[in-house]
Amino acid sequence: MTMPYYVAPEQVMKDRAEYAQKGIARGRSLVATVYADGVLIVAENPSRSLHKISEIYDRIAFAGVGKYNEYDQLRVAGVRHADTKGFAFSREDVDARSLANLYAQFLGNVFTHELKPLEVEILVAELGADGRPNQLYHVAYEGTITDQDDFAVLGGDAETITERVRADWRGDRTLAEALQAAAGALGGPERPLGPGDLEVAVLSRSNGRRTFRRVTDDQLAELLGGHGSVAPTDDGGPGTGASQTTNTGA
Amino acid sequence: MPLVTSPADAVTVRHATTVVALRFADGVVMAGDRRATEGHSIAHRTMEKVFPADRHSAVAIAGAAGFAVEMVRLFQVQLEHYEKVEGVTLSLEGKANQLAQMVRQNLPLAMQGLAVVPLFCGYDLRRGTGRIFSYDVTGGHYEEAEYQATGSGGRDARTTVKLGYRDGLSRDEGVELAVNALYEAADEDSATGGPDLVRGIYPLVAVVTAGGYEQLDEAEVAERFAAVIERKRSLRP
Repeated sequence: MTMPYYVAPEQVMKDRAEYAQKGIARGRSLVATVYADGVLIVAENPSRSLHKISEIYDRIAFAGVGKYNEYDQLRVAGVRHADTKGFAFSREDVDARSLANLYAQFLGNVFTHELKPLEVEILVAELGADGRPNQLYHVAYEGTITDQDDFAVLGGDAETITERVRADWRGDRTLAEALQAAAGALGGPERPLGPGDLEVAVLSRSNGRRTFRRVTDDQLAELLGGHGSVAPTDDGGPGTGASQTTNTGA
Repeated sequence: MPLVTSPADAVTVRHATTVVALRFADGVVMAGDRRATEGHSIAHRTMEKVFPADRHSAVAIAGAAGFAVEMVRLFQVQLEHYEKVEGVTLSLEGKANQLAQMVRQNLPLAMQGLAVVPLFCGYDLRRGTGRIFSYDVTGGHYEEAEYQATGSGGRDARTTVKLGYRDGLSRDEGVELAVNALYEAADEDSATGGPDLVRGIYPLVAVVTAGGYEQLDEAEVAERFAAVIERKRSLRP
């Protein structure tokens, strides 16, 4: 028996990529989309306490798919980075672009230098202010970073779900409409998802300084329920849904 | 003990002055004047001494303004940071302890005359009541059952609150009492600013209830002070 002394770098990278992709594909997917009042993030997640979506800063949200312990570590590092920067300089100096770049560098470094790549894909979403558009930065396991201003899909089934989202995407939807569309795209026609299967959060302009709010329990069920019947009543103001969470949250 | 000469003698440092907090039926009222002084002169007329610490608590400061404001900023960041990392807010007592550690770290400076003494209050969601914590320069913190005031005019403010306080005040009565306390403190203490009718600058008043931190409109505070002044005037021949 002889041991192989040399493995081509192409092979090493290919193996690592495959390994990471397999890990990510084991978990459930996630959709982030722009709607009338900000950014909506919907993840398939039956747990009420182990979050895939979290707040990073006033206008920035984080979402991850793949291995929980790995993206949660990245989340905490992100919160620390943002809070430190905001304290040292000013709250307005904290932006998603620099944070996404940091994540990309870190993931890229781990992918090339460590034995095991991180089995995660993450999303850094920023609510646009003063005429700047909303930004969705999608960082892949090997550090590839892409930015979108309409919607992003993360996870194993990304291709199929992306097609479903793109088919009827609109940026001016109410919260209820956008949520129903995202949930429909996540589950597909033969697997409808209920409030118990979803973790939902928004970055909404009507939420004051800290724009991040979770949409939970009753409100989630109400927004998801009765396709078509909820949407017209919500037309009065896209912010009404999100401000309700303000009262129940915290 | 070597004699410590206070650098406050040599360098004039901005000081912030009267802040008061009192419990009412649904939570706590906190109020603070707007004057900052450097030695015997007025350094700033629109200083803010009452801040939201987070959604359900407020912190007010007295002492060396530079350190105090920085302490509040750090405190706010720490509470928010904890909430984001852990996914839950700290208990009210946890927040009070955190602030105590920061005051204690400032002790060497306090010994040189640059003390920062905050007043902390909030709505305890677990107990369903408003609570007040007072501090000393060593970081000792003590829960107050009814009310507390600190700063150079604190004594006058405290006496005023004491005379009008009872259990279960309504929000309106609580705010009125706090406004009265600041008025009397400004009347007795040169380093406490009263209502500035010429410039339209009024003390800051905030209430913390189950619904969260809420700062009163300047118009409402102005009205309250106008009522106090009217009453004082009517007592004169």
